[in-house]
Amino acid sequence: MIAVDKIYLDNAATTQIDEKVLEEMQRVALENYGNASSLHSLGQNALEELEKAREKTAKLLGCKASEIYFTSGGSESNNTAIKGAAGKKLIVSAVEHPSIIKTAEFLKENRREVVFAPVDEKGIIKLEELKKEITSETALVSVMHANNEIGSIQPVKEIAELCGEKVLFHSDMVQTAGKLEIDLHKLNADLASVSGHKFYGPKGNGVLYIKEDTKLDALIHGGGQENKMRSGTENIPGIAGFSKALELAYKNRETEMQRQEKIRDKIIQSLLEIKKSKLNGHEKQRLSNNVNFSFFGVEGEALITMLDFEGIQASTGSACSSKSLKISHVLKAIGLDHIWAHGSLRISLGKNNSEKEVEVALEKIPEVIEKLRKMSSVKI
Amino acid sequence: MYSEKVMEEFKKPKNMGKIKNPDAIAEVGNPICGDMMKVYLKVKDNKIEDVKVETFGCVSAIATSSKATEMIKGKTLDEALKLTEKEVADALDGLPPIKMHCSVLAVKAIKKAIEDYKKKQLCRNDL
Repeated sequence: MIAVDKIYLDNAATTQIDEKVLEEMQRVALENYGNASSLHSLGQNALEELEKAREKTAKLLGCKASEIYFTSGGSESNNTAIKGAAGKKLIVSAVEHPSIIKTAEFLKENRREVVFAPVDEKGIIKLEELKKEITSETALVSVMHANNEIGSIQPVKEIAELCGEKVLFHSDMVQTAGKLEIDLHKLNADLASVSGHKFYGPKGNGVLYIKEDTKLDALIHGGGQENKMRSGTENIPGIAGFSKALELAYKNRETEMQRQEKIRDKIIQSLLEIKKSKLNGHEKQRLSNNVNFSFFGVEGEALITMLDFEGIQASTGSACSSKSLKISHVLKAIGLDHIWAHGSLRISLGKNNSEKEVEVALEKIPEVIEKLRKMSSVKI
Repeated sequence: MYSEKVMEEFKKPKNMGKIKNPDAIAEVGNPICGDMMKVYLKVKDNKIEDVKVETFGCVSAIATSSKATEMIKGKTLDEALKLTEKEVADALDGLPPIKMHCSVLAVKAIKKAIEDYKKKQLCRNDL
């Protein structure tokens, strides 16, 4: 890892690319730069790289190679899944990523029936309510594997069972690929989205899994690449990097996740010692690398900026930090009131974080909170 | 996103805190928008002798609180009432458009505090 003088605790936003991934991408870009649609040997070599990456990815995610479609990332995969499924009614959870929520809202404006399924105060979907919403008119249910803000892991197995054979089940697995074991066939999902840059792969590379025989419309039409599902010349260096990154993430998954979980729990324990603080999301059913806290009387954007002065890179769901000046829909869905929601801090760990770095951060965070609380008109 | 001046002001905000036995207090903002300010004034001979502010809010809310209070310190009440949101924003080399309401809030808090003071004076004179 190339050392940067920062403590990067925002790995749910993106990760630093792995040097081995970069090497692989460089090799493919320089050696096999042909267009996979070309008939000459350089083209065919590129095609071979593409199919090799597809095989590798399929194996790691528990599906067939023919069910893996390479895309430009999570947002494209999510858009394709949601817009591509024909049918009257869609159900998406209230805590989905904006690339699902906004797409569902767009479809609703265009006269589709859309239901936003509620979650409990820990961010876990209410299965009973979801069950009630699934009718003969439901075309698709989309529930993420784990939440990007608060890290709550959804009961996807149960949801897949609720959907049965008639309703398509899509899961946004952007936060879990490379972190949790994924077996798409065993899960019986119809559609799933993955993004490379969340596990030390390149930005702009992702996958949409489409189960065999699933009817789905393409989002991008043209030359008919990716079995007519996603036109456009394939970004083969990126795809090779994606599959390499996924391979590396799964190679060391268990040990690495246990290590991060230990650090995560240490952070949670330490931050709970701060007065008027609370953990958002589920205590146990949570991503190994996610910590999300609220500190009463502190505003998140100010908190993030002050931590940045100390070299600590983290994130918040505060309204002031968003482009719309609205609090995060996730924090709203779990029922946090405004003052608590404004004071949210997300720490997301990655493989490059050391215990020492986290110790430094845990010294600084209470200091910064104290400083902001002293200035605040909202007293604890 | 923010100008260097905003960041400097945020890094070392001035006039933060309370005044004991203030001559006037005003609170503006609401928890939904996420910015709340409380301004305390000490007035002597119709001049703002001291001003303090407590701010719950983002970087620009804290920076504008600091800047606006700096700009009225030592001024007469009438001079302070003339302070505009644009002057505060300009003194910070501008704010992102979406954050302009923070400067509005700081100026509003100051004006409300001065009005509070004037009202109290009127009541006192009536007695």
